[in-house]
Amino acid sequence: MIEVNTAGEVWVFAEQHAGMLEDTPMELMSKGRELADILKVPLAAVMLGDTCQEMVDCLAHYGADKVYLAEHPLLEHYQSTSYAKVIHDLIHKHKPQIVLYGATPCGRDLAPRVASAVKAGLTADCTDLQIGNHEVAKTGKVYENLLFQIRPAFGGNIIATIINFDRWPQMATVREGVMPMPEPDTHRKAKVVKEKVSLSQEDLALEILREQRQERKVNLKASRIIVAGGAGVGSRENFKQIWDLAHCLGGAPGATRAAVDLGFIDRDHQVGQTGTTVRPSLYIAAGISGAIQHQAGMSESQKIIAINNDPDAPIFNIAHYKILGDLNEVVPMMIKAIKEKA
Amino acid sequence: MSYKCVVLVKQVPDTKRITGQAMNADGTVNRAALPAIFNPEDLNALELALQIKDRFGGHVTVMTMGLPAASEVLRQALYRGADEAILITDRRCAASDTLATSYILSCAVRKRDYDIVLCGRQAIDGDTAQVGPQAAEKLGIAQITYVQELLDLEGDRITARRNIGNGWQEVRAKLPILLTVIDEANEPRVASARRLMKYKKARTPAELADKADAKALEEKGLLIQQWDLDFLEADLKWCGRDGSPTKVHRIQSVVLTAKETKNVEPTQPALNAMVHELIVDHTIG
Repeated sequence: MIEVNTAGEVWVFAEQHAGMLEDTPMELMSKGRELADILKVPLAAVMLGDTCQEMVDCLAHYGADKVYLAEHPLLEHYQSTSYAKVIHDLIHKHKPQIVLYGATPCGRDLAPRVASAVKAGLTADCTDLQIGNHEVAKTGKVYENLLFQIRPAFGGNIIATIINFDRWPQMATVREGVMPMPEPDTHRKAKVVKEKVSLSQEDLALEILREQRQERKVNLKASRIIVAGGAGVGSRENFKQIWDLAHCLGGAPGATRAAVDLGFIDRDHQVGQTGTTVRPSLYIAAGISGAIQHQAGMSESQKIIAINNDPDAPIFNIAHYKILGDLNEVVPMMIKAIKEKA
Repeated sequence: MSYKCVVLVKQVPDTKRITGQAMNADGTVNRAALPAIFNPEDLNALELALQIKDRFGGHVTVMTMGLPAASEVLRQALYRGADEAILITDRRCAASDTLATSYILSCAVRKRDYDIVLCGRQAIDGDTAQVGPQAAEKLGIAQITYVQELLDLEGDRITARRNIGNGWQEVRAKLPILLTVIDEANEPRVASARRLMKYKKARTPAELADKADAKALEEKGLLIQQWDLDFLEADLKWCGRDGSPTKVHRIQSVVLTAKETKNVEPTQPALNAMVHELIVDHTIG
């Protein structure tokens, strides 16, 4: 752990694979910028890789004041032991007060390893971050300007605000898609700090034999309108109605975990705690009971229409439009209504 | 070559079972209505360990940290085929965050010879996925997280396929290693009737009203081992509240209600009116 250091910077881990930056560092940059401005400290991105110079400008455009660049041939591919070692050393050298990671499979593999090595706290899957004060009830001592790490817990049934006031840095992973992507400013420049890396083959625990990364076929996060179906849709064939409604609205089809597990639609379409978190303008939930895990991924939608034949379905509690009825009748009528209006 | 596996498991409230019945009138969750279960992905981790034993031979030890009631998941592990079960229980473990928990578990794992440590990717009560990688770091071993398939185990080399979100990756590593296992990895076996009959009487000392019963159970091989922090020789500075850098500032119950709900009849005129409203307020169109 490092000492409490209120002059420390705010850091964002700039996850990249094969020279392509992920979306999450950019999403984190908007929140990081806000936190750094409140704390009046610089915002820095930390990038590890083999040759990543080209991505530095992009980090600057999205709000970084500084980019710590750790380049080494052995950092070409991400793996937990080597990356954690480098980040651990950088934290000890520069003593940032906050370090943020995307809650991607990579971020969730890396951040706990770093936290354990640094002996610092880590909060997983935050959905919001704020700066605030904390008073210790017993002693009355007030800690100012701490990072409030806000996350759902207990299957999304409670929202916990976590802090760490004595063992720094304050670290968190942040859910993908919950922070809005900032508008890039192509005039912004960042100071680049090249870090010397000493790694040997022994620091690489894994041999990466093969890898396949697909572009996601559907981009739920970018969709203004999502039409999602649950187990209540009944079959893969019947799910065609969900696709049809989505198409005539110019939206994307989504699904609950149950619908995906039943084989109605591919996992790329899954919305919820274990799928994608979305915040569209309109979310239409058809045949979805509204398990808390699903709600965790869509309750921030601006408008929610719920279609269900069960009057007690929890989804109705968060819906703006409640349609109690059979989706097989309601969905075709909605399609008709939209086609006639448009 | 046979392999010694240690599986780290957790008893959790069944947060997936939250339906209308488990909700209070104010929209919060009635936790008492939720049963305590074996964390689902820890069952996948146990299954993988048992498959390794079935295929290559070896030994499967299951460990859990928790209150004495958590012994129930240890019995369930014994019913499924675990060779040994250990409860780590101590009041001084209370309020441990993931860092302190991983430290305590790593102290327990060190008490055993092991080749492979397995755990579920994450527990459904906290969903942090942190204890696995942190325990690996504390043990000074490498980790393969999000394991969806064990491809090969030969000598001291393991090959596994891991899920990386938008794809997969096949990796090879040297033992000892820690694996975190996801639900796609396998279909956990059910309890064996014969083992259930045998182990349903298995108890930890903490569950026995009369300590004299321990001796009789031990003779029958039905005494579940129970370790405390003294036995683990854990440094108390890294355990429980003191060992936990993260503290709770505030907890809020989620009350899931829309500000304003409109009932729409499932009829064409009512749906036309709704669509019209959405076009007027620029939600669609």
